[in-house]
Amino acid sequence: MSTLTSLARAIAAERGAAQPACAVRHLHISERPLVFIPLALAGEANAPLAAMVGDSPRAAHMLTVAEPRDRDQRFAFAAQLAAIVLRYIESYFGSEETAGTREPRIRYADAPQLLVPNPAGVAFTRLLGRSTRFRRTAGPYAVAETVPVLGRWLTFLTERAEHPASSLMLAVTDALALHWATGQSPVEDLNLGALLGWIDPPPGRTGAQAAARAEDPVRCPPAGPATDPTFDNEVLEARLLAIRTARATGGGPPMQRATAALTSALATQLEPTWTLMWRAVDLLRGLPAGNHVAARWDHDKDAFTWHANHLRDGGPPQPRRDGAVSAARRLAGLEQVQAEYAAQRAFDDPLVMAEHRMTGEAFAGTVTAAEPGRVDGSGRRRVLRPASPSRPPTWCSPGRVCPSPRPRARIRRRASSP
Amino acid sequence: MNGTEARLARIRGGAVPRSHNARTIAALASNPGCTRRAVLDAAGADKQRLAAYAGFPAPFGQSRFALTRGNAFEAQVKADGAAELLRLLREHLRLPIPEASYDDLSEVGGNASLELRHARTRSLLARTARSASDAADVAAGSDAASPANDACTASGASPAGGDSPAADIGTMFDHPLLRLEVGGRHAYLEPDLIAFQVCGQFHVIEIKSFAVIDGRADGDKVAAAAIQSAVYVLALRDALAELGVPPAAVADETILVCPENFANRPVAVSLDVRRQLTVLRRQLSRLDRIDDLLDLLPADLTFDLGPDDQGVPRRAPADLAAAIRQIEARYAPECLGTCEMCFFCREEARGCTAAFGREARDDLGGVEQVATVLRLARATPGAGQGPGPDSDPGGDLAEAAELLRTAARLRTESLGQRPESLGAAV
Repeated sequence: MSTLTSLARAIAAERGAAQPACAVRHLHISERPLVFIPLALAGEANAPLAAMVGDSPRAAHMLTVAEPRDRDQRFAFAAQLAAIVLRYIESYFGSEETAGTREPRIRYADAPQLLVPNPAGVAFTRLLGRSTRFRRTAGPYAVAETVPVLGRWLTFLTERAEHPASSLMLAVTDALALHWATGQSPVEDLNLGALLGWIDPPPGRTGAQAAARAEDPVRCPPAGPATDPTFDNEVLEARLLAIRTARATGGGPPMQRATAALTSALATQLEPTWTLMWRAVDLLRGLPAGNHVAARWDHDKDAFTWHANHLRDGGPPQPRRDGAVSAARRLAGLEQVQAEYAAQRAFDDPLVMAEHRMTGEAFAGTVTAAEPGRVDGSGRRRVLRPASPSRPPTWCSPGRVCPSPRPRARIRRRASSP
Repeated sequence: MNGTEARLARIRGGAVPRSHNARTIAALASNPGCTRRAVLDAAGADKQRLAAYAGFPAPFGQSRFALTRGNAFEAQVKADGAAELLRLLREHLRLPIPEASYDDLSEVGGNASLELRHARTRSLLARTARSASDAADVAAGSDAASPANDACTASGASPAGGDSPAADIGTMFDHPLLRLEVGGRHAYLEPDLIAFQVCGQFHVIEIKSFAVIDGRADGDKVAAAAIQSAVYVLALRDALAELGVPPAAVADETILVCPENFANRPVAVSLDVRRQLTVLRRQLSRLDRIDDLLDLLPADLTFDLGPDDQGVPRRAPADLAAAIRQIEARYAPECLGTCEMCFFCREEARGCTAAFGREARDDLGGVEQVATVLRLARATPGAGQGPGPDSDPGGDLAEAAELLRTAARLRTESLGQRPESLGAAV
C-alpha cells in the first residue's frame, strides 16, 4: 500500500466504485486457466469436503466427499481430482518451443495456470499437496498412482504462488486487489464477492451496495475453503448424518438419495463462486497486459518444463522442509525477483511509477541534452557519470534533495544551467 | 454493590451478565483504545444480542464441526487421567515427571457454581504451593540430585527448586477456575489444564485442535493461543500472589498441545509468552479505570432490552442504536474477526479513513475524514480562501495537504496518459 493506492481507496469510497490502481495488467492470464474452488470441513487440518474444478466456465466438475473424516474417502477425492488436474497439466506437454539465444533449450510452448479464489485457497492447496505427495502406491494404505503425482504438482504450484513474479498459480482476490482499489479495507478485500461487487457491480447498484449484499453468506456463500458456519450447522450436519445412517442401514436407494441431497447442498455453496471466478478472469483479461508480462511468463514456462522433466526423470518429491542452504538460496532468489518485479512494474505502468515519484525515487522531466561520456573527477577516482540535463517539473525547486533507492546517495537539483 | 457496580448493572439492563473469558480479554487487549468495547464488556452486556437488535448482527459464528472436533481432541488428550498428556510432556519436552496426580475441577461435588470452583482451585493451589516449598526446604539440605532434574537445570527453569524426589510428583488441575481483575472487575477464567511440579513450576497447558504440520501451524491461530495462554498465566500469578508465592513459580513458557500433521496424534510444543504478557499487562493497566470512562457517559445510559408481554423488547432498535452511539468506539478492520459489534461500528465509521485500515490512514497523512482527504487533495496550493473549515490548513494538516496534493497530481498525470479508459482520475 502507498499514499497513491490509499488515495484511490478514498476516491473509490466517495464514488461508490472501485478505482484503477494500475494502468496495465501485471499478471499473465492464461487462455485456458484451471479454476479450482476447494471447500474444507471446519475444524479438521485438511479434510476436503467438496471442490469445483474445470478449465472453462461450462466445464465445471464437482467432487464431493460424503465422509470427510474418513481417510480412504479423502484419498479417493485426491484420485478424482488428480484425474482432472493431471489431464489438464499433461495437455501442455504437446507443443514445445526453443528458447535462449546463447544456449538454445527446448521448453514447453505454454504452461498451465491454476486459479483459486483467495490466499486461504492457496494454503489449502499447499496442505493438500503436502498430505498427498509422500503417499505410497503399494503396500499398506496404498493410494492410486496418480495421487502422489498430484501432490507434487500442487506443491510445485503453491511454491510458485509465493514467487512474486510468477503467474502459474494465482489467488484471484490478490490479483484483483493488485489492479483495483476499493472503498473498503484490505481485510474486506479478501472476500471475493465483495471485491467484485466494488469492481463490477450489477446494474443499478453502486459498488458499496453490491459489496454489502455480497457479505450476506446466504446470498453469496463464502468462496471457501471455510464454509459458512450457519450452513454447516443448519444444512451440512443433517446431510452428512443422513449418509451415515443410510450406510449403516445397508446403502441402496436411501444412500443414493442421501448422496444426491449432499451434492445439491454443496453445489449451492460452490456455484456462485464459480461464476464469480470466471467473471474475475474476464475482468483481468480486459486490462491491457504490461510489457514485461510475457517475459515473466517465459520464466514460468521454464520452471514448468524443469519440474515436468524432474518428475519424468524420477526425481524425489519436494522435502517437508527446506534445508538451510536451499532455504537461504530460495530466499535470496525471491528477494532478487521481488526487486526485479518491482522495477519492471514501474517501467510498465505510469501509476506504479508515480509511487516511486511520490517518494522521490523517480521524477519526470524533459531531457534537454545528453552527455554520455561525462566523467566526474571530483573524488579520489575519476568515474563515468553520464549526465542528462533535463527540465524538471515545476514543483521541484532548485536545491531540493530527493532520496535515492541506493543507500546514502542523494540527488540534489542543481541550479538551472543556462 | 458499590457505585460502579450499580452503574454497570444499569447499563447492562435486566440481562444476565456475561463474563469475560480469555478470548474476550485478548480481543480487548488487541484494541485497548475502544471505549465501547471496554464498557460493554465491563458491564457484561450481551454484545451479540445488542448488535443484532440494533440491526447489525455479528458476521461470525462457530461451526458445530469445529466445536465437536475441538472437544473430541481435548477429551482424547485428557482421557485416563491425562495419560496421553503425561507421555507428551515427558517425550516432547523432556520433562522429568515420574508420576502425576490429576484433579478434575470442572465441578466440586457435583456443584459447578463459579464461586465454589474458584475457592476449591485456590485451596488446591495453596496446598500444592506449600508442599512444594516444604519439599524445596528439605532438598536444600541435601545434594541428592536425581538424573531427572538435569533437564530442569539445563533449561534454567528451576527457581522454586524441584530437586527433591517428593517435589517431582506432578499434579494436574483440569479446568481450574481462576480470577483476573479486568478494568476494576473480576473475570472468571478457565484454562484447559495447569500442570504443576514440572521443574518446580506451574505450567499453563492449552489444548487446541488446529494441526501442527511439519512443525508449522497457522500463525494467526498460534498467536491467538499464545495471548490466551498469557491471560491464564497472568491470572494464575495473581492467584498465587494472594497466597504469597512469587510470580516466577509460573513458567513464562506455556505448553500448547495440538494434533500433529493430518492424524489425531497430539504433539506438545512450548510457547514463550513473555512478549504477550508484557502487552497484556500494559493494556490491562490502561483499562484499570473503568470509572473514568463511565464518568464521561450520561447517567441514564442503559442497554436494557426488557421484553413486553410477547417477549419482544419494548425498546425501538433505533433508540438502542442511539444509546450505543453515546459510547465512543475505535473501529479498525481487524475488529471484523473479533468483536460482535463490528458491523455496527463499521457502519458508523463509514466516511472515516480508519475504515480502510490503520496503514491506509497513515498513508493519507493521518487525516480522519475521507471527505477532508479529498478536499485537501483537490485544493490548489495557496488558494486557501474557500469557505470550508480546513480549506486553509495550518500546522499538521499543512504537511498532510502537501502530501495529498502531490499524490493527486501524480495520479492525474499518470492516468492522463490513458484518459480514454480510465476516466477522471481524481
